[in-house]
Amino acid sequence: MLRYIVKRVLLMIPTLIGVAVLIFFLMRVVPGDVVELRFAGESAFASKENLAIERARLGLDQPLWKQFVTWMTGIMRFDFGTSMWTGSPISEEIRLRFALSLQLSIMATIVAVLLAIPLGVLAALKQDTWVDYAVRIFSIAGLSMPSFWLGIVFILGLLIVFKWLPPMVYTPFWVSPVQNLAQLIWPALAVGYRYSAVATRMTRSAMLEVLREDYIRTARAKGLWQNLILSRHALKNAMLPVLTVIALEFAFLMGGLVVTEQVFNLNGLGMLFVESVAHRDYTLTQALVLLVAFVFIFVNFAVDLAYAWIDPRIRFR
Amino acid sequence: MAVTADRVEALGVEERRRGWVDVTWEFCRKRPLGAMGAAVVLLNLLVAVAANVLAPYDPVTTDYAAMLAAPSRAHWLGTDAFGRDVLSRIIYGSRTAMLVGFSCAFVGATLGAVIGVTSAYFGGKVDLFIQRFMDIFLAFPLIILALAVVAILGTGISNVILAITIPMIPRAALVARSSALAIREMPYIDAARASGFRHHRIVLRHMLPNVMASYLIMLTAFLGQAILLEASLSFLGLGVAEPVAAWGLMLRGAAVQFAESAPWMALFPGLAISLAVFAFNLFGDSLRDALDPRLRTQ
Repeated sequence: MLRYIVKRVLLMIPTLIGVAVLIFFLMRVVPGDVVELRFAGESAFASKENLAIERARLGLDQPLWKQFVTWMTGIMRFDFGTSMWTGSPISEEIRLRFALSLQLSIMATIVAVLLAIPLGVLAALKQDTWVDYAVRIFSIAGLSMPSFWLGIVFILGLLIVFKWLPPMVYTPFWVSPVQNLAQLIWPALAVGYRYSAVATRMTRSAMLEVLREDYIRTARAKGLWQNLILSRHALKNAMLPVLTVIALEFAFLMGGLVVTEQVFNLNGLGMLFVESVAHRDYTLTQALVLLVAFVFIFVNFAVDLAYAWIDPRIRFR
Repeated sequence: MAVTADRVEALGVEERRRGWVDVTWEFCRKRPLGAMGAAVVLLNLLVAVAANVLAPYDPVTTDYAAMLAAPSRAHWLGTDAFGRDVLSRIIYGSRTAMLVGFSCAFVGATLGAVIGVTSAYFGGKVDLFIQRFMDIFLAFPLIILALAVVAILGTGISNVILAITIPMIPRAALVARSSALAIREMPYIDAARASGFRHHRIVLRHMLPNVMASYLIMLTAFLGQAILLEASLSFLGLGVAEPVAAWGLMLRGAAVQFAESAPWMALFPGLAISLAVFAFNLFGDSLRDALDPRLRTQ
């Protein structure tokens, strides 16, 4: 077990280094740099010397390999440096945005689980009836609607039917939970619906598989309650693949909600991504990409561990 | 035991492969939902091809006399902030969507399948190396890739296709590899190797055709995803550029700004996206049920 964990953790390192190399060079290939963009507004100061001085201050005059080594040594010490655009520490820049993205992802996950598990179980129990078909159409529809468009429709519906617009300025949960939830529930519903679709289908097929197992028949033959069989015997065993889907989707949500954030005017990680690339803010973009890649790899790893934890039949190799 | 000639013939007749017509007919009969999806997909393709015949107006001609006009007999689905006919733009937009959808899904799934099967075939160090390389792209946020591609190459259909296809490849490779791992152990692969065939021949002629089921499933799933991604990228201004008609682009800017007074601008293009992707997914889902014996529910 320990050997497996160590091996997996060690395997994360080359992947993360690969991601780091890729984003480092990708950003340098993108035309223009932060200094040019910053001085673009004030042409009076944009003499060649001023640009050169500013580049030297940010370390952009160094050879590429040196810039890369400096960046990597910083990361080894958990020092992500300062944003090239605003000059404030990157950890500071990311922290607030991260909290928002995390909250939204958690809320969307709750919506998805609340929809997916009952619907999936229902569809499996009523296999090939109209209930099954209705659930199927509902979940495929969720997969087919762009969640940002669903968000627009929500806002439009609230506006036209209730003459009410959700708050468009972010309030942290600890300042005013009501304000905060009134804003975030709509994107969470829009994203959660889409996200539930994958989980519903997974719950259904996993349940169907488990319900055919011998131990379910044994439980039935013993005369156990149907409800008890479902919750204790079937659902528990069917949860594994569903857990995987939910966890992977969660990892994706952390950095992938750019468009939904735009629609609801939320300053999450996704918007920060767009801004940092637009500003050619190398340090911030690099830190963000590494963060999102790390979350993704870590969640994958955690799912594999959870698998073995829940299902003792799975052995580590 | 002697096998007589007519017995061989009888066996041959029994095991003759069913023609395309039979297979299609059976699919339609057993999976009406999937057949409906396929029909909508075909219709959509037809609309895309015949856009210039079907569209009542030119999709890029502005008409400032009819700005933000509500749906009427002249403009069935209303007009946008530049007075362009929404219905015509939706009809032309299906061209963009189908082009992006089919090229991304085809290139992504095919390249991914080749890489995945190759990785499984060679195994060992090659497999490990390819997998780690794919991991990098899997972990890399899609939006950054798209942002970078657009910043380097500019907006436009071919660049959007590139930005969407790259992240699809490792996902396809992952799926193809896992089905190919089982095929690698089959005796006919050993036989091919013993016959002295070259690696590329075994991979392309012996292994690839046998991952066809997962390939087709991936292809149909990618079609819908590509259309959705294109819509999101265009919505962000990172995809197709104005004045080309594209569904995601139609939802951008004025559509949100004037959503209250002119809701048709935001509603109809979104419905077009949803319907197109819904049809692909419905078809893909039924195809998966039909092709993947593990997922067969009966």
